[in-house]
Amino acid sequence: MIRLTGIERVFRVGDEAVHALRGVDLLIEQGEYLSIMGPSGSGKSTLLNILGLLDRPDAGRYELNGHDVTGLADDELARVRREAIGFVFQFFHLVPRLTAAQNIELPMVLAGIDPAERRRRLDKLLGEYGLEARAGHRPDQLSGGQCQRVAIARAMSMGPTLILADEPTGNLDRHTGQEVMAVLERVHREGGTVAVVTHDPEIGARAQRRIRLVDGEIAGDASA
Amino acid sequence: MRFADLLAFAWQVLGGYRTRTALILLAMGIGVAAVVAVSAIGEGARLYVVNQFGSLGTNLIIVLPGRSETAGAMPGVLMGKTPRDLSIDDALALKRSPSILRIAPLIVGAGDVRVGSRIRETPVLGTTAEFIRVRQMAMAQGLFLPEGDPRHGQPVCVIGAKVASELFGARQALGEWLRIGDRRFRIVGVLAKQGQSLGFNTDEIVVVPLSAAQALFNTEALFRVMVEAKSREQIPDAKADIEEILRQRHEGERDVTAITQDAVLATFDRILRALTLAVGGIAAISLAVAGILVMNVMLIAVTQRRKEIGLLKAIGATGAQIRAAFFTEAVMLALGGAACGLVVGKLGQLAIGQAFPDIPFTAPWWAVIAAPLTAIVTSVLFTVVPAKRAAMLDPVMALSKR
Ligand SMILES: Nc1ncnc2c1ncn2[C@@H]1O[C@H](COP(=O)(O)OP(=O)(O)OP(=O)(O)O)[C@@H](O)[C@H]1O
Ligand SMILES: [Mg+2]
Repeated sequence: MIRLTGIERVFRVGDEAVHALRGVDLLIEQGEYLSIMGPSGSGKSTLLNILGLLDRPDAGRYELNGHDVTGLADDELARVRREAIGFVFQFFHLVPRLTAAQNIELPMVLAGIDPAERRRRLDKLLGEYGLEARAGHRPDQLSGGQCQRVAIARAMSMGPTLILADEPTGNLDRHTGQEVMAVLERVHREGGTVAVVTHDPEIGARAQRRIRLVDGEIAGDASA
Repeated sequence: MRFADLLAFAWQVLGGYRTRTALILLAMGIGVAAVVAVSAIGEGARLYVVNQFGSLGTNLIIVLPGRSETAGAMPGVLMGKTPRDLSIDDALALKRSPSILRIAPLIVGAGDVRVGSRIRETPVLGTTAEFIRVRQMAMAQGLFLPEGDPRHGQPVCVIGAKVASELFGARQALGEWLRIGDRRFRIVGVLAKQGQSLGFNTDEIVVVPLSAAQALFNTEALFRVMVEAKSREQIPDAKADIEEILRQRHEGERDVTAITQDAVLATFDRILRALTLAVGGIAAISLAVAGILVMNVMLIAVTQRRKEIGLLKAIGATGAQIRAAFFTEAVMLALGGAACGLVVGKLGQLAIGQAFPDIPFTAPWWAVIAAPLTAIVTSVLFTVVPAKRAAMLDPVMALSKR
């Protein structure tokens, strides 16, 4: 469960202040599937980064799974990210010199999980995301859709409760994009909380809950 | 993060940027190789000099006329005034000291040595039977000068190996006669080949009894007296005795100099050791240069791998883990470079060893330890800034750009 109260995020550019988020209150239950939409510059990515503990709000309070994570130190935030949050990016952000399998394994390596257990989880993930045949390939030998599947498998490798995707289909053609969405939706069906930022109304409409941001404020919050 | 995984991760980075890795290995390797090779040359020179002194004989004290205050200077440099000559009786009197094992008085001159119609000018050494033991030389054939009263020697001589071959060719020299000036000597022995020893080639000398040399060169004065102490510990006692005995014999005047081989050796040893350290240090500068290269490359890596570092942070890497990854990479590079450098340095040392077989080139232990250590320390030090910069990278900024 996620509870945001009065979240503010202000960027200073020169002596101008850009309010990326203004007084955002948001309650997300475990297992919800929501899309975040809105015009460019409305603060979608900023909100997602704050949800993912990559960025800190300037004011407000963030509760994740019952714990206040607003004032945690950097290393504690890193630990929470590792254990509870998975990221999917528009540009995949796979490490180019590592194979698909090594990329998927990376969060488990950072967490210090022993190789046998890693191997077990890796085999399972490769199977679930249809990547068995691609395990030994490097990102430049994979298609965009395959790259994004690797990125999703990587995000899932530590068994997070929250998956955050910032325009996950932005770099894919329509068909591949829908495939990737289907993969994310399976994560949701298995009980994960999924938040997707998108510009594509068709993709945004797939979510049960649709949040609309305008100028850093929540302008709409509709559930289907 | 497990240590094995950290190593594997750094290894993948090194493998992923091969040109860069090879370049740093090269720079590090050159630095380490330079230190090893250069210090091997210095150490070789030092050992060469030490061995040369060692080949003079052990527990040796050289007594020469004239007083010098410069303890430990080279014998040849001593140009003190000579108020009184050293005589045979002076030399024989030294045997009174309980610390002295044996002595060999020495007269040196040049003479025309003649066999039939062949003439050769060689250094002629006048000495006594004990000389061969004091100098620790060996005979190839026959015997050295016979024992007996040094004041009345027999007309016999011992010749160096090269003199023998030049004057007699393949003929047997032993038992033959040769002339030096207007005196005749029967050859009783041929010295074993020994070669150069402190600028004095014993293969090219003729050794005659002391009294014969006195007559040949028309002098009573000894060039010097070589004294062998009974043991290394007794060298200072022997030296004190020599000075005291000769002072008494010379009416209370201290007009001789006794040089211990140790003192001379210690001076050379010190100078050459300092020299080796100095050149080794200069070579180590190239390691610092390699360190700066490492820093540059790491700083570039932080920029080049911005996205990757941002991603690592997003998936839960702590600042410490990012730093550890960079340091591991730096240490691996340094270790690899040091290993290459040690191998190349060793090969270089073997190569110069081939070119100058007389000089015992060996890298001193401190260079073999210090060079790789310096490589590691510099590369770690120069990675501090890049690693810190990487650990502080803002993941949002790093990931937002394509
Ligand atoms: N690091 C930053 N420094 C200054 N301003 C920033 C920074 N990051 C975001 N902003 C500003 O904050 C506002 C919200 O940015 P954000 O990236 O969240 O928008 P977005 O909704 O994701 O837009 P898009 O759809 O184009 O990705 C924008 O006006 C942007 O210019
Ligand atoms: Mg955005």
